Amino acid sequence: MTSLLEVRDLEAGYGPVRVLHGVSLDVNEGEVVAILGANGAGKSTLMGAISGLVRPTAGSIRFRDAIISTLATEQITRSGLTLVPEGRRVFAKLTVLENLKMGAYGRRDRAKIATDLDSMLERFPVLGERRAQRAGTLSGGEQQQLAICRALMSSPQCILLDEPSLGLAPVMVDRVFDVVAELRERDGLTVVLVEQSIANALEVADRAYLVSNGRITSSGTSAEMVDAARELEAAYLGGDDE
Amino acid sequence: MTAQLLIQQLFNALSIGSIYALLALGLAVVFSVLGLLNFAYGEIITVTSYTMVLLVSMGVPLLAAAPIGVIAGILMSVFTEAVAFRPLRKAPAYAVVFSSFAVSLLVQAFIRNVVSPRPQGLAVPAWLDQVITIGGVRFPALSLVTIVIAVLSMIALTALLQKSKHGLAMRAAAEDFEATRLMGAKAGRLILLAFAVSGTLAGIAGVLWIAKTGSATPDMGFNPLLQAFVAVVLGGMGSLRGAVAGGFALAFVEVGLQVFLPREFVPYVQAISLLVVIIVLYVRPQGFARRVEERVA
Repeated sequence: MTSLLEVRDLEAGYGPVRVLHGVSLDVNEGEVVAILGANGAGKSTLMGAISGLVRPTAGSIRFRDAIISTLATEQITRSGLTLVPEGRRVFAKLTVLENLKMGAYGRRDRAKIATDLDSMLERFPVLGERRAQRAGTLSGGEQQQLAICRALMSSPQCILLDEPSLGLAPVMVDRVFDVVAELRERDGLTVVLVEQSIANALEVADRAYLVSNGRITSSGTSAEMVDAARELEAAYLGGDDE
Repeated sequence: MTAQLLIQQLFNALSIGSIYALLALGLAVVFSVLGLLNFAYGEIITVTSYTMVLLVSMGVPLLAAAPIGVIAGILMSVFTEAVAFRPLRKAPAYAVVFSSFAVSLLVQAFIRNVVSPRPQGLAVPAWLDQVITIGGVRFPALSLVTIVIAVLSMIALTALLQKSKHGLAMRAAAEDFEATRLMGAKAGRLILLAFAVSGTLAGIAGVLWIAKTGSATPDMGFNPLLQAFVAVVLGGMGSLRGAVAGGFALAFVEVGLQVFLPREFVPYVQAISLLVVIIVLYVRPQGFARRVEERVA
């Protein structure tokens, strides 16, 4: 198997604060890989660094055999790697349809964009019904679907999901994980999933990495990781999150 | 106050407000996308005005000089972006305050030394100086032209923002610049576009401004910058609709003060209108802008 996304000895942070201390990981084509860890472990910084929002201070990131750690965010998106950021960050004042159009901003294939748009609205009926509504009026779960759908509109090969279930009602968490599972089955995408909802994440993921204090502390198949993940969960304050 | 006088003053306020609204829009467009104020914004008006003065003195008709003046304004805006903003993309906000202010002083010094420190007059054609009188109310042709051009400009801006792909990206960037880049929108191009749009609006306002005041001076950019800034703050920073509302509100306050204040206070109108603005903001710090209601979970 070829490694689609390869992170080597990555260091990154904000100003003088270093958050990641030499992270290495591989994601193979067609895989769903979960990145697990407590709050503040550096998961979001890792996602930010891969998508170009946070500039790495050392190490390298390769995507499809090209170094992307020196590219601007927009170029990374255009190369087929898209981040669905933490907190969804849909454009609240734009309509659902406009949000989806923004997702395809970097594309040139107009005709295909139009058919993709139609199929998205059909596939996510909630969004189809509310296409003319401002995104800010959607519920959290609907906004998360919109954020994923918007990312799909860039026609990516690999999608990074940063805490897609954060702050959602339990019914919506299930719906969002269904969508995540679909990303591989239906869209043939490679998925990197950052999650605090460990049980759900391990259910959809093939493999998982455990991040703690800016380092990868263990990795393995989802089955192998269940125990390590349970320890991690116990380490969370109160054991139970979301 | 007679109905006649009331209509007269409302019309005056509307005409001045049109220019203020355009000025405020131009300043707000850049602020909405970048979150930064361009302190060399007034110099767009200056550059447009001097271009027009120069062309008209060379015998170019005013109607031909006007679009060239606007283009000069766009170039000035884009120049400011390239010199004062682009090299400081990662610098803290105050650095850009200084660098754009430096551009402003540079332009003023350049004009003072290369052109002249003295006012340069613009000959306005007779048809623009005509006044149409209906029922005792005077409607100067220039004021009518000003209102029409301002309204057309705002319609064009709305069409750009609502109907075009790049306008959509500008609205998205106004909400969340980083997320807009995640969509594949090139940051540099988006910022350049914002400055070009800003320069267009300020250039149009500059043409109307110089036609109204009739003379250009090296430091003429200060007042338009101040009015635009006040209007933008009044309307709520970053809100384009607010900027338009703020521009008209400022004009109505100014004209109102001129009408109702005793004659000896008239020289202080600008100071008093700024005081009114301070009071408005004290009561309503976010300006006229409404907050977007966001539902979570």
